[in-house]
Amino acid sequence: MRTDLAQIMQWVPERAHVLDLGCGDGTLLAALTEHKGVQGYGLEIAPDNIATCLAKGVNVLEQDLDEGLSNIVDDAFDMVVMTQALQVLRRPDLMLDEMLRVARECIITFPNFAYWRHRLHLGMRGRMPVSKSLPHEWYDTPNIHLSTFKDFSHLCDRQGHRIIDRAVGDGDHQLHWSAQRWPNLFGQVAIFRIER
Amino acid sequence: MPDTTLSSSVGLVTPQTATFETDFHLACGKHLPGFELVYETYGKLNDTASNAVLVCHALSGHHHAAGYHHLDDRKPGWWDSYIGPGKPIDTRHFFVISVNNLGGCHGSTGPQSINPDTGTSWGPDFPIMTVEDWVKSQALLADRLGITRFAAIVGGSLGGMQVLQWPITYPERLANAAIIAATPKLSAQNIAFNEVARQAIRSDPEFHDGWYEQHGVLPKRGLKLARMIGHITYLSEHSMGAKFGRDLRTDSLNYGYDVEFQVESYLRYQGDAFSTRFDANTYLLMTKALDYFDPASGHNNDLAKALSNTLCRFLVVSFSTDWRFAPERSRELVNALVKAKKPVSYTNVDSPYGHDAFLLPNDHYEAAFGAFMRRIYSDLNQGTL
Repeated sequence: MRTDLAQIMQWVPERAHVLDLGCGDGTLLAALTEHKGVQGYGLEIAPDNIATCLAKGVNVLEQDLDEGLSNIVDDAFDMVVMTQALQVLRRPDLMLDEMLRVARECIITFPNFAYWRHRLHLGMRGRMPVSKSLPHEWYDTPNIHLSTFKDFSHLCDRQGHRIIDRAVGDGDHQLHWSAQRWPNLFGQVAIFRIER
Repeated sequence: MPDTTLSSSVGLVTPQTATFETDFHLACGKHLPGFELVYETYGKLNDTASNAVLVCHALSGHHHAAGYHHLDDRKPGWWDSYIGPGKPIDTRHFFVISVNNLGGCHGSTGPQSINPDTGTSWGPDFPIMTVEDWVKSQALLADRLGITRFAAIVGGSLGGMQVLQWPITYPERLANAAIIAATPKLSAQNIAFNEVARQAIRSDPEFHDGWYEQHGVLPKRGLKLARMIGHITYLSEHSMGAKFGRDLRTDSLNYGYDVEFQVESYLRYQGDAFSTRFDANTYLLMTKALDYFDPASGHNNDLAKALSNTLCRFLVVSFSTDWRFAPERSRELVNALVKAKKPVSYTNVDSPYGHDAFLLPNDHYEAAFGAFMRRIYSDLNQGTL
Protein backbone atom coordinates (compact mmCIF):
# COMPACT_ATOMS: atom_id res chain seq x y z
CA MET A 1 0.00 0.00 0.00
CA ARG A 2 1.14 3.56 -0.75
CA THR A 3 2.73 5.17 2.31
CA ASP A 4 0.20 8.04 2.35
CA LEU A 5 -2.66 5.52 2.43
CA ALA A 6 -0.96 3.53 5.21
CA GLN A 7 -0.67 6.74 7.27
CA ILE A 8 -4.35 7.55 6.69
CA MET A 9 -5.32 4.06 7.85
CA GLN A 10 -3.72 4.90 11.21
CA TRP A 11 -5.41 8.28 11.58
CA VAL A 12 -9.00 7.34 10.68
CA PRO A 13 -10.92 6.24 13.80
CA GLU A 14 -12.77 2.92 13.98
CA ARG A 15 -16.29 2.93 12.51
CA ALA A 16 -15.97 6.52 11.28
CA HIS A 17 -18.31 7.93 8.63
CA VAL A 18 -15.88 8.94 5.88
CA LEU A 19 -16.03 10.90 2.62
CA ASP A 20 -13.17 10.22 0.19
CA LEU A 21 -12.74 12.99 -2.42
CA GLY A 22 -11.34 11.65 -5.67
CA CYS A 23 -11.51 8.05 -4.44
CA GLY A 24 -10.01 6.53 -7.62
CA ASP A 25 -10.54 2.78 -7.78
CA GLY A 26 -11.76 2.65 -4.17
CA THR A 27 -8.60 1.06 -2.70
CA LEU A 28 -8.54 3.27 0.40
CA LEU A 29 -12.27 3.02 1.21
CA ALA A 30 -12.25 -0.75 0.68
CA ALA A 31 -9.29 -1.07 3.09
CA LEU A 32 -10.88 1.29 5.63
CA THR A 33 -14.10 -0.70 5.49
CA GLU A 34 -12.32 -4.02 5.87
CA HIS A 35 -9.89 -3.04 8.64
CA LYS A 36 -11.67 -0.25 10.49
CA GLY A 37 -15.36 -0.91 9.92
CA VAL A 38 -15.60 2.47 8.23
CA GLN A 39 -18.71 3.45 6.25
CA GLY A 40 -18.76 6.15 3.68
CA TYR A 41 -18.68 7.31 0.10
CA GLY A 42 -16.10 8.10 -2.50
CA LEU A 43 -16.55 10.92 -5.01
CA GLU A 44 -15.12 10.21 -8.45
CA ILE A 45 -15.64 11.24 -12.07
CA ALA A 46 -13.77 8.65 -14.16
CA PRO A 47 -16.24 6.00 -15.45
CA ASP A 48 -13.63 3.22 -15.23
CA ASN A 49 -12.92 3.99 -11.59
CA ILE A 50 -16.65 4.17 -10.84
CA ALA A 51 -17.17 0.68 -12.29
CA THR A 52 -14.18 -0.66 -10.32
CA CYS A 53 -15.60 0.80 -7.09
CA LEU A 54 -19.00 -0.78 -7.81
CA ALA A 55 -17.34 -4.15 -8.38
CA LYS A 56 -15.60 -3.80 -5.00
CA GLY A 57 -18.81 -2.85 -3.23
CA VAL A 58 -17.42 0.63 -2.46
CA ASN A 59 -20.11 3.35 -2.44
CA VAL A 60 -19.09 5.74 -5.18
CA LEU A 61 -20.85 8.92 -6.28
CA GLU A 62 -20.15 10.59 -9.58
CA GLN A 63 -19.37 14.20 -8.69
CA ASP A 64 -16.94 16.79 -9.99
CA LEU A 65 -14.93 18.20 -7.08
CA ASP A 66 -14.55 21.53 -8.87
CA GLU A 67 -18.30 22.00 -8.47
CA GLY A 68 -17.89 21.94 -4.69
CA LEU A 69 -19.67 20.02 -1.96
CA SER A 70 -22.74 22.24 -1.62
CA ASN A 71 -25.01 19.20 -1.98
CA ILE A 72 -23.67 17.81 1.30
CA VAL A 73 -25.01 19.16 4.59
CA ASP A 74 -22.79 20.51 7.40
CA ASP A 75 -21.14 17.88 9.62
CA ALA A 76 -22.47 15.02 7.50
CA PHE A 77 -19.23 13.08 8.07
CA ASP A 78 -16.72 12.35 10.82
CA MET A 79 -13.77 12.63 8.46
CA VAL A 80 -13.06 13.76 4.89
CA VAL A 81 -9.99 12.43 3.11
CA MET A 82 -8.48 13.62 -0.15
CA THR A 83 -5.42 11.86 -1.50
CA GLN A 84 -3.41 13.31 -4.37
CA ALA A 85 -6.27 15.47 -5.67
CA LEU A 86 -5.64 18.89 -4.07
CA GLN A 87 -3.25 19.94 -6.82
CA VAL A 88 -5.74 19.28 -9.65
CA LEU A 89 -8.51 21.45 -8.17
CA ARG A 90 -9.38 24.89 -9.50
CA ARG A 91 -9.59 26.37 -5.97
CA PRO A 92 -7.84 24.22 -3.32
CA ASP A 93 -8.39 26.96 -0.71
CA LEU A 94 -12.18 26.87 -1.10
CA MET A 95 -12.18 23.07 -1.06
CA LEU A 96 -10.27 23.07 2.22
CA ASP A 97 -13.01 25.18 3.83
CA GLU A 98 -15.70 22.96 2.30
CA MET A 99 -14.05 19.81 3.62
CA LEU A 100 -14.01 21.24 7.12
CA ARG A 101 -17.66 22.26 6.78
CA VAL A 102 -18.92 18.74 6.04
CA ALA A 103 -16.66 17.18 8.69
CA ARG A 104 -14.79 18.43 11.76
CA GLU A 105 -11.59 16.77 10.62
CA CYS A 106 -9.87 16.04 7.32
CA ILE A 107 -6.77 14.38 5.92
CA ILE A 108 -5.11 15.70 2.77
CA THR A 109 -2.17 14.29 0.85
CA PHE A 110 -0.42 15.92 -2.13
CA PRO A 111 2.96 15.84 -3.89
CA ASN A 112 5.44 18.13 -2.12
CA PHE A 113 6.85 20.39 -4.82
CA ALA A 114 9.78 21.38 -2.58
CA TYR A 115 11.09 17.79 -2.53
CA TRP A 116 14.86 17.95 -3.08
CA ARG A 117 14.79 16.08 -6.37
CA HIS A 118 12.26 18.58 -7.76
CA ARG A 119 14.43 21.46 -6.53
CA LEU A 120 17.45 19.88 -8.16
CA HIS A 121 15.57 19.33 -11.40
CA LEU A 122 14.44 22.94 -11.57
CA GLY A 123 17.65 24.39 -10.09
CA MET A 124 20.18 22.48 -12.15
CA ARG A 125 18.36 21.83 -15.41
CA GLY A 126 16.16 24.89 -15.32
CA ARG A 127 13.17 22.84 -16.40
CA MET A 128 9.90 21.85 -14.73
CA PRO A 129 10.40 18.68 -12.68
CA VAL A 130 9.20 15.35 -14.04
CA SER A 131 9.42 12.50 -11.55
CA LYS A 132 7.65 9.41 -10.29
CA SER A 133 5.28 11.51 -8.14
CA LEU A 134 4.92 14.19 -10.86
CA PRO A 135 5.01 12.18 -14.07
CA HIS A 136 3.51 14.79 -16.43
CA GLU A 137 5.09 17.39 -18.68
CA TRP A 138 4.18 21.00 -17.88
CA TYR A 139 1.86 21.27 -20.88
CA ASP A 140 -0.30 18.20 -20.22
CA THR A 141 -0.28 18.03 -16.45
CA PRO A 142 -3.58 17.94 -14.55
CA ASN A 143 -1.62 19.38 -11.59
CA ILE A 144 -2.52 23.04 -11.87
CA HIS A 145 -1.94 23.99 -8.23
CA LEU A 146 1.30 22.48 -7.04
CA SER A 147 2.43 23.52 -3.59
CA THR A 148 4.95 22.66 -0.92
CA PHE A 149 4.75 21.27 2.59
CA LYS A 150 5.36 24.81 3.89
CA ASP A 151 2.87 26.47 1.50
CA PHE A 152 0.09 24.25 2.71
CA SER A 153 0.91 24.87 6.39
CA HIS A 154 0.59 28.59 5.69
CA LEU A 155 -2.76 28.11 3.94
CA CYS A 156 -4.13 26.23 6.95
CA ASP A 157 -2.94 29.02 9.30
CA ARG A 158 -4.37 31.72 7.09
CA GLN A 159 -7.79 30.05 6.92
CA GLY A 160 -7.84 29.43 10.66
CA HIS A 161 -7.63 25.65 10.55
CA ARG A 162 -5.56 23.71 13.08
CA ILE A 163 -3.01 21.17 11.94
CA ILE A 164 -3.37 18.18 14.27
CA ASP A 165 -0.64 16.15 12.72
CA ARG A 166 1.51 16.01 9.62
CA ALA A 167 3.75 13.49 8.02
CA VAL A 168 5.54 12.78 4.81
CA GLY A 169 5.37 9.78 2.55
CA ASP A 170 8.15 8.58 0.33
CA GLY A 171 6.59 6.85 -2.63
CA ASP A 172 6.46 3.13 -1.98
CA HIS A 173 9.59 2.98 0.16
CA GLN A 174 10.19 3.09 3.87
CA LEU A 175 10.61 6.61 5.15
CA HIS A 176 14.13 7.85 5.60
CA TRP A 177 14.82 9.65 8.93
CA SER A 178 15.79 12.76 7.00
CA ALA A 179 12.22 13.17 5.73
CA GLN A 180 10.93 13.33 9.32
CA ARG A 181 13.53 15.92 10.28
CA TRP A 182 13.27 18.13 7.16
CA PRO A 183 9.87 17.31 5.60
CA ASN A 184 9.81 20.25 3.21
CA LEU A 185 13.09 19.15 1.65
CA PHE A 186 13.00 15.37 1.89
CA GLY A 187 9.30 14.54 1.90
CA GLN A 188 7.98 13.39 -1.45
CA VAL A 189 4.32 13.26 -0.43
CA ALA A 190 2.87 15.64 2.16
CA ILE A 191 0.19 14.28 4.52
CA PHE A 192 -1.80 16.67 6.71
CA ARG A 193 -4.42 15.99 9.35
CA ILE A 194 -6.43 19.15 10.01
CA GLU A 195 -9.43 20.25 12.08
CA ARG A 196 -11.50 23.39 12.07
CA MET B 1 -36.46 -14.55 -37.36
CA PRO B 2 -34.42 -14.04 -34.23
CA ASP B 3 -31.43 -16.20 -33.62
CA THR B 4 -32.60 -17.68 -30.31
CA THR B 5 -29.52 -19.81 -30.19
CA LEU B 6 -27.50 -16.63 -29.55
CA SER B 7 -25.60 -17.27 -26.36
CA SER B 8 -26.55 -13.82 -25.03
CA SER B 9 -30.33 -14.27 -25.42
CA VAL B 10 -32.74 -15.87 -22.97
CA GLY B 11 -34.35 -17.38 -26.09
CA LEU B 12 -38.05 -18.22 -26.36
CA VAL B 13 -40.12 -17.31 -23.33
CA THR B 14 -43.75 -17.89 -22.37
CA PRO B 15 -45.72 -15.53 -20.12
CA GLN B 16 -47.44 -16.97 -17.07
CA THR B 17 -50.44 -15.82 -15.07
CA ALA B 18 -50.88 -15.70 -11.30
CA THR B 19 -54.41 -15.36 -9.93
CA PHE B 20 -55.11 -13.75 -6.54
CA GLU B 21 -58.56 -14.19 -5.13
CA THR B 22 -58.46 -12.03 -2.05
CA ASP B 23 -59.65 -8.43 -1.83
CA PHE B 24 -56.89 -6.02 -2.76
CA HIS B 25 -57.18 -2.61 -1.12
CA LEU B 26 -55.84 0.37 -3.02
CA ALA B 27 -54.43 3.77 -2.06
CA CYS B 28 -57.43 5.50 -3.68
CA GLY B 29 -59.74 3.86 -1.13
CA LYS B 30 -61.31 1.41 -3.57
CA HIS B 31 -60.50 -2.27 -3.81
CA LEU B 32 -60.20 -4.98 -6.41
CA PRO B 33 -62.07 -8.24 -5.73
CA GLY B 34 -59.05 -10.32 -6.72
CA PHE B 35 -56.82 -9.84 -9.73
CA GLU B 36 -54.46 -11.50 -12.17
CA LEU B 37 -50.83 -10.67 -12.88
CA VAL B 38 -49.08 -11.71 -16.07
CA TYR B 39 -45.35 -12.19 -15.76
CA GLU B 40 -42.28 -13.76 -17.32
CA THR B 41 -39.25 -15.34 -15.70
CA TYR B 42 -35.74 -15.87 -16.99
CA GLY B 43 -33.03 -17.99 -15.37
CA LYS B 44 -33.45 -20.41 -12.45
CA LEU B 45 -34.42 -19.81 -8.85
CA ASN B 46 -31.76 -21.31 -6.57
CA ASP B 47 -32.47 -23.69 -3.66
CA THR B 48 -32.61 -20.92 -1.08
CA ALA B 49 -34.70 -18.61 -3.28
CA SER B 50 -32.08 -15.90 -2.72
CA ASN B 51 -31.13 -15.05 -6.32
CA ALA B 52 -34.36 -13.42 -7.47
CA VAL B 53 -34.30 -10.11 -9.33
CA LEU B 54 -37.52 -8.18 -9.96
CA VAL B 55 -37.69 -5.99 -13.06
CA CYS B 56 -40.23 -3.13 -12.96
CA HIS B 57 -41.50 -1.59 -16.18
CA ALA B 58 -42.11 1.96 -17.36
CA LEU B 59 -45.21 3.81 -18.61
CA SER B 60 -45.82 1.87 -21.82
CA GLY B 61 -43.85 -1.24 -20.83
CA HIS B 62 -45.02 -4.71 -19.93
CA HIS B 63 -43.85 -8.10 -18.70
CA HIS B 64 -42.02 -9.03 -21.92
CA ALA B 65 -38.59 -7.67 -20.99
CA ALA B 66 -36.27 -10.19 -22.65
CA GLY B 67 -36.14 -12.93 -25.25
CA TYR B 68 -38.77 -13.75 -27.86
CA HIS B 69 -42.34 -15.06 -27.75
CA HIS B 70 -42.25 -16.52 -31.25
CA LEU B 71 -39.58 -17.48 -33.72
CA ASP B 72 -40.92 -14.88 -36.14
CA ASP B 73 -40.81 -11.98 -33.64
CA ARG B 74 -39.05 -9.02 -35.19
CA LYS B 75 -37.83 -7.57 -31.87
CA PRO B 76 -36.94 -9.06 -28.48
CA GLY B 77 -38.34 -7.85 -25.12
CA TRP B 78 -37.93 -4.17 -24.18
CA TRP B 79 -34.82 -4.59 -21.99
CA ASP B 80 -33.14 -7.40 -23.90
CA SER B 81 -29.90 -5.38 -24.07
CA TYR B 82 -29.56 -5.73 -20.30
CA ILE B 83 -31.11 -9.12 -19.47
CA GLY B 84 -29.58 -12.41 -20.61
CA PRO B 85 -26.55 -14.67 -20.26
CA GLY B 86 -23.45 -12.48 -19.83
CA LYS B 87 -25.48 -9.25 -19.73
CA PRO B 88 -25.67 -6.93 -16.68
CA ILE B 89 -28.72 -8.82 -15.32
CA ASP B 90 -27.06 -12.16 -15.96
CA THR B 91 -29.63 -14.94 -16.25
CA ARG B 92 -26.93 -17.55 -15.57
CA HIS B 93 -26.77 -16.11 -12.04
CA PHE B 94 -30.17 -14.61 -11.31
CA PHE B 95 -33.81 -15.66 -11.46
CA VAL B 96 -35.42 -12.67 -13.14
CA ILE B 97 -39.12 -11.83 -12.79
CA SER B 98 -40.81 -9.24 -14.98
CA VAL B 99 -44.44 -8.35 -14.23
CA ASN B 100 -47.11 -6.48 -16.18
CA ASN B 101 -48.44 -3.93 -13.71
CA LEU B 102 -52.02 -3.86 -12.51
CA GLY B 103 -54.09 -1.54 -14.67
CA GLY B 104 -51.99 -2.46 -17.68
CA CYS B 105 -53.20 -3.64 -21.05
CA HIS B 106 -50.98 -6.64 -21.68
CA GLY B 107 -52.76 -9.33 -19.68
CA SER B 108 -52.75 -8.25 -16.03
CA THR B 109 -56.07 -7.08 -14.61
CA GLY B 110 -56.84 -3.63 -15.99
CA PRO B 111 -59.48 -1.45 -17.63
CA GLN B 112 -60.00 -4.05 -20.39
CA SER B 113 -60.70 -6.85 -17.87
CA ILE B 114 -64.19 -7.85 -16.80
CA ASN B 115 -65.58 -6.10 -13.74
CA PRO B 116 -67.26 -8.92 -11.77
CA ASP B 117 -69.86 -6.48 -10.44
CA THR B 118 -71.16 -5.57 -13.88
CA GLY B 119 -70.10 -8.46 -16.10
CA THR B 120 -68.65 -6.02 -18.63
CA SER B 121 -65.19 -4.51 -18.92
CA TRP B 122 -64.07 -2.03 -16.25
CA GLY B 123 -63.27 0.73 -18.71
CA PRO B 124 -62.91 4.10 -16.95
CA ASP B 125 -64.35 2.60 -13.73
CA PHE B 126 -61.07 0.76 -13.15
CA PRO B 127 -59.58 2.34 -10.02
CA ILE B 128 -56.55 4.59 -10.41
CA MET B 129 -53.39 2.79 -9.38
CA THR B 130 -50.45 4.20 -7.44
CA VAL B 131 -46.84 3.07 -7.36
CA GLU B 132 -47.46 1.78 -3.83
CA ASP B 133 -50.34 -0.38 -5.08
CA TRP B 134 -48.09 -1.89 -7.73
CA VAL B 135 -45.37 -2.64 -5.20
CA LYS B 136 -47.89 -4.37 -2.92
CA SER B 137 -49.20 -6.48 -5.81
CA GLN B 138 -45.65 -7.42 -6.81
CA ALA B 139 -44.98 -8.50 -3.22
CA LEU B 140 -47.99 -10.84 -3.41
CA LEU B 141 -46.50 -12.38 -6.54
CA ALA B 142 -43.16 -12.78 -4.72
CA ASP B 143 -44.98 -14.58 -1.90
CA ARG B 144 -46.60 -16.87 -4.45
CA LEU B 145 -43.19 -17.69 -5.97
CA GLY B 146 -41.64 -18.35 -2.55
CA ILE B 147 -39.37 -15.30 -2.59
CA THR B 148 -39.12 -13.56 0.77
CA ARG B 149 -36.22 -11.29 -0.16
CA PHE B 150 -35.05 -10.15 -3.59
CA ALA B 151 -31.32 -10.04 -4.36
CA ALA B 152 -32.17 -6.90 -6.33
CA ILE B 153 -35.08 -4.92 -7.70
CA VAL B 154 -34.32 -2.90 -10.81
CA GLY B 155 -36.11 -0.61 -13.23
CA GLY B 156 -35.97 2.51 -15.36
CA SER B 157 -38.21 5.59 -15.47
CA LEU B 158 -41.60 4.77 -13.88
CA GLY B 159 -40.02 1.35 -13.20
CA GLY B 160 -37.30 3.11 -11.20
CA MET B 161 -39.98 4.78 -9.07
CA GLN B 162 -41.40 1.37 -8.17
CA VAL B 163 -37.87 0.29 -7.24
CA LEU B 164 -37.61 3.36 -4.98
CA GLN B 165 -40.96 2.58 -3.34
CA TRP B 166 -40.00 -1.04 -2.59
CA PRO B 167 -37.47 -0.49 0.25
CA ILE B 168 -39.77 2.17 1.75
CA THR B 169 -42.74 -0.22 1.86
CA TYR B 170 -40.83 -3.47 2.45
CA PRO B 171 -37.34 -2.66 3.85
CA GLU B 172 -36.57 -6.31 4.60
CA ARG B 173 -37.62 -7.72 1.26
CA LEU B 174 -34.72 -6.59 -0.93
CA ALA B 175 -30.93 -6.41 -0.67
CA ASN B 176 -30.27 -4.05 -3.59
CA ALA B 177 -32.15 -1.43 -5.58
CA ALA B 178 -31.11 -0.07 -9.00
CA ILE B 179 -33.04 3.11 -9.81
CA ILE B 180 -32.38 4.17 -13.39
CA ALA B 181 -33.45 7.34 -15.24
CA ALA B 182 -36.04 8.02 -12.56
CA THR B 183 -37.04 10.78 -10.16
CA PRO B 184 -38.26 10.92 -6.56
CA LYS B 185 -41.21 13.01 -7.81
CA LEU B 186 -42.49 14.59 -10.99
CA SER B 187 -41.82 18.26 -11.67
CA ALA B 188 -44.56 20.71 -12.65
CA GLN B 189 -43.26 20.44 -16.23
CA ASN B 190 -43.53 16.62 -16.15
CA ILE B 191 -47.11 16.83 -14.86
CA ALA B 192 -47.89 19.44 -17.52
CA PHE B 193 -46.77 17.11 -20.31
CA ASN B 194 -48.85 14.30 -18.81
CA GLU B 195 -51.88 16.59 -18.64
CA VAL B 196 -51.54 17.53 -22.31
CA ALA B 197 -51.40 13.79 -23.13
CA ARG B 198 -54.51 13.14 -21.04
CA GLN B 199 -56.39 16.03 -22.59
CA ALA B 200 -55.50 14.76 -26.05
CA ILE B 201 -57.10 11.40 -25.19
CA ARG B 202 -60.07 12.75 -23.27
CA SER B 203 -61.02 15.30 -25.92
CA ASP B 204 -61.06 12.72 -28.71
CA PRO B 205 -64.77 12.44 -29.74
CA GLU B 206 -64.33 8.66 -29.80
CA PHE B 207 -63.19 8.52 -26.18
CA HIS B 208 -66.78 8.56 -24.88
CA ASP B 209 -65.65 9.26 -21.30
CA GLY B 210 -63.65 6.06 -21.41
CA TRP B 211 -66.52 3.83 -22.67
CA TYR B 212 -65.14 3.58 -26.21
CA GLU B 213 -65.16 -0.21 -26.15
CA GLN B 214 -68.94 -0.19 -25.52
CA HIS B 215 -69.27 2.13 -28.52
CA GLY B 216 -67.18 -0.15 -30.68
CA VAL B 217 -64.54 2.52 -31.35
CA LEU B 218 -61.04 3.50 -30.21
CA PRO B 219 -59.83 7.04 -29.36
CA LYS B 220 -56.96 6.57 -31.76
CA ARG B 221 -56.38 10.22 -32.57
CA GLY B 222 -56.11 11.16 -28.90
CA LEU B 223 -53.82 8.28 -28.05
CA LYS B 224 -51.69 9.08 -31.08
CA LEU B 225 -51.27 12.69 -29.97
CA ALA B 226 -50.51 11.58 -26.41
CA ARG B 227 -47.79 9.26 -27.68
CA MET B 228 -46.35 11.90 -29.99
CA ILE B 229 -45.91 14.40 -27.17
CA GLY B 230 -44.59 11.68 -24.86
CA HIS B 231 -42.14 10.54 -27.48
CA ILE B 232 -40.68 14.03 -27.83
CA THR B 233 -39.87 13.99 -24.12
CA TYR B 234 -38.13 10.60 -24.43
CA LEU B 235 -35.63 11.88 -27.00
CA SER B 236 -33.07 14.66 -26.69
CA GLU B 237 -32.84 17.66 -28.96
CA HIS B 238 -29.47 16.31 -30.04
CA SER B 239 -30.69 12.80 -30.90
CA MET B 240 -33.67 14.18 -32.84
CA GLY B 241 -31.33 16.51 -34.69
CA ALA B 242 -28.88 13.74 -35.46
CA LYS B 243 -31.62 11.35 -36.61
CA PHE B 244 -33.79 13.72 -38.66
CA GLY B 245 -32.27 17.18 -38.80
CA ARG B 246 -34.48 19.25 -41.12
CA ASP B 247 -34.58 16.47 -43.68
CA LEU B 248 -37.61 16.49 -45.97
CA ARG B 249 -39.49 13.46 -47.25
CA THR B 250 -39.79 14.98 -50.70
CA ASP B 251 -37.39 17.10 -52.70
CA SER B 252 -38.98 20.46 -51.99
CA LEU B 253 -41.40 22.25 -49.68
CA ASN B 254 -45.01 21.90 -50.75
CA TYR B 255 -46.53 24.68 -48.65
CA GLY B 256 -49.21 22.53 -47.01
CA TYR B 257 -49.94 20.61 -43.81
CA ASP B 258 -49.17 17.11 -44.96
CA VAL B 259 -46.07 15.41 -43.69
CA GLU B 260 -43.05 17.25 -45.01
CA PHE B 261 -40.23 16.86 -42.51
CA GLN B 262 -38.88 13.44 -41.62
CA VAL B 263 -39.41 14.11 -37.92
CA GLU B 264 -43.14 14.64 -38.56
CA SER B 265 -43.32 11.36 -40.41
CA TYR B 266 -41.53 9.56 -37.60
CA LEU B 267 -43.75 10.97 -34.86
CA ARG B 268 -46.94 10.20 -36.81
CA TYR B 269 -45.75 6.66 -37.42
CA GLN B 270 -44.89 6.15 -33.74
CA GLY B 271 -48.23 7.65 -32.69
CA ASP B 272 -50.25 5.55 -35.14
CA ALA B 273 -48.57 2.31 -34.12
CA PHE B 274 -49.12 3.07 -30.45
CA SER B 275 -52.76 4.09 -30.89
CA THR B 276 -53.83 0.59 -31.86
CA ARG B 277 -51.62 -1.44 -29.54
CA PHE B 278 -52.13 0.45 -26.26
CA ASP B 279 -55.28 1.02 -24.24
CA ALA B 280 -56.30 4.66 -23.67
CA ASN B 281 -57.68 4.06 -20.15
CA THR B 282 -54.43 2.34 -19.17
CA TYR B 283 -52.43 5.27 -20.53
CA LEU B 284 -54.49 7.72 -18.48
CA LEU B 285 -54.10 5.64 -15.33
CA MET B 286 -50.34 5.19 -15.75
CA THR B 287 -49.77 8.93 -16.17
CA LYS B 288 -51.75 9.56 -12.98
CA ALA B 289 -49.59 7.04 -11.10
CA LEU B 290 -46.56 9.01 -12.28
CA ASP B 291 -48.04 12.34 -11.18
CA TYR B 292 -49.04 11.08 -7.73
CA PHE B 293 -45.68 9.48 -6.89
CA ASP B 294 -43.98 11.45 -4.12
CA PRO B 295 -42.71 9.29 -1.25
CA ALA B 296 -41.43 12.36 0.64
CA SER B 297 -44.92 13.88 0.83
CA GLY B 298 -45.85 11.75 3.83
CA HIS B 299 -42.70 12.91 5.67
CA ASN B 300 -42.94 16.72 5.58
CA ASN B 301 -41.41 16.60 2.10
CA ASP B 302 -38.18 15.30 3.65
CA LEU B 303 -36.99 12.59 1.27
CA ALA B 304 -34.13 11.57 3.59
CA LYS B 305 -36.71 10.90 6.31
CA ALA B 306 -38.86 8.90 3.89
CA LEU B 307 -35.81 6.73 3.18
CA SER B 308 -34.66 6.40 6.78
CA ASN B 309 -36.04 2.88 7.28
CA THR B 310 -34.58 1.41 4.11
CA LEU B 311 -32.05 -1.42 4.50
CA CYS B 312 -30.84 -2.07 0.96
CA ARG B 313 -27.89 -0.86 -1.08
CA PHE B 314 -28.80 1.59 -3.86
CA LEU B 315 -27.49 2.26 -7.34
CA VAL B 316 -28.81 5.42 -9.00
CA VAL B 317 -28.14 6.02 -12.70
CA SER B 318 -29.04 9.07 -14.78
CA PHE B 319 -28.26 10.07 -18.37
CA SER B 320 -26.61 13.33 -19.38
CA THR B 321 -29.15 14.43 -22.00
CA ASP B 322 -32.29 13.15 -20.25
CA TRP B 323 -34.51 16.18 -19.79
CA ARG B 324 -37.67 14.26 -18.89
CA PHE B 325 -36.11 13.05 -15.62
CA ALA B 326 -32.93 15.10 -15.66
CA PRO B 327 -29.72 14.08 -13.82
CA GLU B 328 -30.55 16.75 -11.23
CA ARG B 329 -33.60 14.70 -10.14
CA SER B 330 -31.41 11.64 -9.59
CA ARG B 331 -28.94 13.79 -7.63
CA GLU B 332 -31.79 14.91 -5.35
CA LEU B 333 -32.43 11.28 -4.57
CA VAL B 334 -28.72 10.57 -4.06
CA ASN B 335 -28.32 13.58 -1.75
CA ALA B 336 -31.25 12.39 0.35
CA LEU B 337 -29.74 8.89 0.59
CA VAL B 338 -26.36 10.36 1.60
CA LYS B 339 -28.09 12.54 4.19
CA ALA B 340 -29.82 9.42 5.53
CA LYS B 341 -26.40 7.63 5.56
CA LYS B 342 -27.63 4.85 3.28
CA PRO B 343 -25.28 2.87 1.04
CA VAL B 344 -25.63 4.40 -2.41
CA SER B 345 -23.64 4.71 -5.61
CA TYR B 346 -24.45 7.10 -8.42
CA THR B 347 -23.31 7.57 -11.98
CA ASN B 348 -24.43 10.02 -14.65
CA VAL B 349 -23.95 8.24 -17.98
CA ASP B 350 -22.84 10.32 -20.92
CA SER B 351 -25.33 9.56 -23.70
CA PRO B 352 -26.85 11.61 -26.54
CA TYR B 353 -30.15 9.67 -26.46
CA GLY B 354 -32.14 11.48 -23.78
CA HIS B 355 -34.55 9.55 -21.53
CA ASP B 356 -34.62 6.55 -23.90
CA ALA B 357 -30.92 5.96 -23.15
CA PHE B 358 -31.87 3.64 -20.29
CA LEU B 359 -33.10 1.09 -22.85
CA LEU B 360 -30.13 1.35 -25.23
CA PRO B 361 -26.67 -0.25 -25.29
CA ASN B 362 -23.98 2.01 -23.78
CA ASP B 363 -20.51 0.97 -22.60
CA HIS B 364 -20.35 3.14 -19.48
CA TYR B 365 -23.90 2.21 -18.42
CA GLU B 366 -23.30 -1.50 -19.00
CA ALA B 367 -19.97 -1.40 -17.14
CA ALA B 368 -21.44 0.32 -14.07
CA PHE B 369 -24.71 -1.65 -13.97
CA GLY B 370 -22.86 -4.90 -14.73
CA ALA B 371 -20.29 -4.28 -11.96
CA PHE B 372 -23.10 -3.57 -9.47
CA MET B 373 -24.92 -6.79 -10.42
CA ARG B 374 -21.73 -8.90 -10.38
CA ARG B 375 -20.99 -7.62 -6.89
CA ILE B 376 -24.47 -8.77 -5.84
CA TYR B 377 -23.75 -12.21 -7.26
CA SER B 378 -20.43 -12.44 -5.42
CA ASP B 379 -22.12 -11.31 -2.16
CA LEU B 380 -24.71 -14.02 -2.79
CA ASN B 381 -21.99 -16.67 -3.17
CA GLN B 382 -20.14 -15.49 -0.08
CA GLY B 383 -23.31 -15.44 1.99
CA THR B 384 -22.95 -11.70 2.68
CA LEU B 385 -25.96 -10.50 0.70
